[in-house]
Amino acid sequence: MISYSSPEFEVEIKDDLCIRCGACVVNCSFDALEHDEDDDRIVANNRNCVDCRRCAVFCPTLAINIYENGLAFRKHGLWTNRAQREINKQAETGGVLLTSCGNELPSTTHPIYWDHLLLDASQVTNPSIDPLREPMELRTYLGSKPDAIEIDDQGKVKAPNRPSVALETPIMFAAMSFGAISYNVHKSLALAATEAGTLYNTGEGGLHPSLYEYGDNTIVQVASGRYGVFDEYLKAGQMIEIKVGQGAKPGIGGHLPGEKIDAEISLTRMIPEGTDAISPAPHHDVYSIEDLRQLVMSLKEATNYEKLVAVKIAAVHNAAPIASGIARAGADVIVIDGFRGGTGATPTVIRDNVGIPIELALAAVDDRLRQEGIRNQVSVVVSGGIRNSADVAKAIALGADAVYIGTAALIALGCTVCQRCFTGKCAWGLTTQDRQLNKRVNPEEGSERLYNLLRGWSIEIKDILGAMGVNAIESLRGNRLRLRGVGLDEETLKILGVRPAGK
Amino acid sequence: MSKMINPMQADVALDRSRVTDHGKGKVEVNAQDLTYRELNLLLRVVCDEGAKHLLLKNVNGQRYIATDLPPVKIDIEGCAGNDLGVFMNGCEITVNSNCQDAVGNTMNAGSIIVHGHSSDIAGFAMRGGKVYIRDNSGYRCGIHMKEYEDKIPVLVVGGVAHDFLGEYMAGGVLLLLNRPSVQGATEFGEMPSDLIPSHHIGTGMHGGVIYLRGRVEPYQLGAEVAPVDFTDKDTETLHHEIDEYCNHFEVSDDERQELKDSEYVKLIPVSHRPYGKMYAS
Repeated sequence: MISYSSPEFEVEIKDDLCIRCGACVVNCSFDALEHDEDDDRIVANNRNCVDCRRCAVFCPTLAINIYENGLAFRKHGLWTNRAQREINKQAETGGVLLTSCGNELPSTTHPIYWDHLLLDASQVTNPSIDPLREPMELRTYLGSKPDAIEIDDQGKVKAPNRPSVALETPIMFAAMSFGAISYNVHKSLALAATEAGTLYNTGEGGLHPSLYEYGDNTIVQVASGRYGVFDEYLKAGQMIEIKVGQGAKPGIGGHLPGEKIDAEISLTRMIPEGTDAISPAPHHDVYSIEDLRQLVMSLKEATNYEKLVAVKIAAVHNAAPIASGIARAGADVIVIDGFRGGTGATPTVIRDNVGIPIELALAAVDDRLRQEGIRNQVSVVVSGGIRNSADVAKAIALGADAVYIGTAALIALGCTVCQRCFTGKCAWGLTTQDRQLNKRVNPEEGSERLYNLLRGWSIEIKDILGAMGVNAIESLRGNRLRLRGVGLDEETLKILGVRPAGK
Repeated sequence: MSKMINPMQADVALDRSRVTDHGKGKVEVNAQDLTYRELNLLLRVVCDEGAKHLLLKNVNGQRYIATDLPPVKIDIEGCAGNDLGVFMNGCEITVNSNCQDAVGNTMNAGSIIVHGHSSDIAGFAMRGGKVYIRDNSGYRCGIHMKEYEDKIPVLVVGGVAHDFLGEYMAGGVLLLLNRPSVQGATEFGEMPSDLIPSHHIGTGMHGGVIYLRGRVEPYQLGAEVAPVDFTDKDTETLHHEIDEYCNHFEVSDDERQELKDSEYVKLIPVSHRPYGKMYAS
């Protein structure tokens, strides 16, 4: 069927700068560029361009520009470019609109509360600290903490009877499965997590045999499809994460399309090549908090109570009571993924309309757990649109123990948030299983970029702490007095538990 | 103290008086009134000390039996609790009574033979090994079983199973023998018939095979499965599993022959990609 949509992007190739080296053609995995032999020039097929900018970055003479095709549709306040394009696409296919990455809607309609929160600093009455000369503690322990310290007969502190894991910085790499991302990206994450003393998460896709050696820095995930889950896998990491929900698709399962299931993916997921890997929407052994407890405890039994068990949910309207249930189900860690959270594939309608902002969910969950006197029983980890060290610091001040970063990590590896992960054609070699494209990520270099990112953020967090006059991240945790809100209404301030700036 | 007890289990009572050593690796454990943590810790310890064959007496609903144990033989007297053999890797279990939910959940290898009924989601996400249920099974039996190369799980139910049988099945073999003699007075009624009582059979199925003795109406099937003709290999698989079932539960030779001679429905997925055409991209 002929498409009524005009191309979304226009590629401009400056002919006077172009040296016909063909690098752009090689780099484009979406077939948007070709070398016209007759005219000896590079021609663009705008219809195929996804604006991933791989060609522009790799053009040695910077001869390429990509523009949004502003005139693709007639301008209209209601029937926007996007609205018209989506209607056309569905009229042409009758299918569900798919997208990737996190919710891209503008902050004018979908506020980013991080940007409405401001951090405090010490002036005169309590001195700020210079982190360059004084020790700053970012070490974070995840896991259940005892209600009180117990002393044994010898006067020694009794060892707690729940495991914990130490992070050198409160930033972990979020769950992204081998299948959604490539082997080289998984390896980059594993290497960087090891170097930085933090954890990366396998996502639901099993663990490649060659990555078991990074187990001390690994979180293994158990999701509804139970792919690649067996005793060795469960024991491979430091923590087991039960994935109930994801911010980009609350209540939705996952389909890894058969064409992405090659021999290696097939090996780690332990399913035949070429079949769809379907993760059902719910866990079919979990229909209640009691059932969740059964799953949590089964994982603890399966690992001799040595591993932490985390439960990840999407930030939804009643996240707070659910979190309370998760704590009471015996989990050591609650992960909440906000509605800006990323994904390899999700229906657009779900991504952009379901769930609530992570900032509000976090505040509500932390409040609820404190009110019930069970905050110490679980750690709270949040994710979904953490962009920089300030977001991390604000999340911790709002009550998080640590954060996950997913999209930010991919951006560090080249991702330009073109939102085409679901096509499996990622020109940056990140969200594809194409052998040639995968080579575009070198795990050594990739891990260096990721490590650098964590290092930079960690130094900045120390600066923030020093400015506040505290020398440990623990002093900021849940300390909402060090936050102020700007441009927020009274109700929102109440939910966030912060005072307005100036008060 | 056994190396199997880590500090995280230090607060769990370890009641040695429950253990009777019969020699040659055969160890009896009295599970009466033990919590699942106490029982499973005890089992870890006795296995660590060399037990090869466990006799569990007075089991009454304790969960997670046989997870994280070495491949030993286990005989269970009493009703095994939820998640019997969850993530199990090679144990051979016989239960002389019924089982609760999720028997064989995500099990990897080994066998579970149940001389009774099993409740819901039997064989959930099984990846390997075999489960034989003598009588009936509950809802969502065999859901999301999967297979990889030579790891092909098998789940055989002697009676019937409830709705959503084999939902999301991605591999393995699921066989329902529909024996009238084991069904008894259930909610399906006093009068067993050749009509399989389940609905939504194989919904979302995209791998593996389901064999049903008796008949099903099209409205009972999920949209993603269809009945197909038997091949010689099917007959071979079927006869092999019928023999195993009959050996485990001492079925008479006449009935064994009758089971082999009966009509079966074979269901396989219409596509390995049931949801491949749902998207607009």
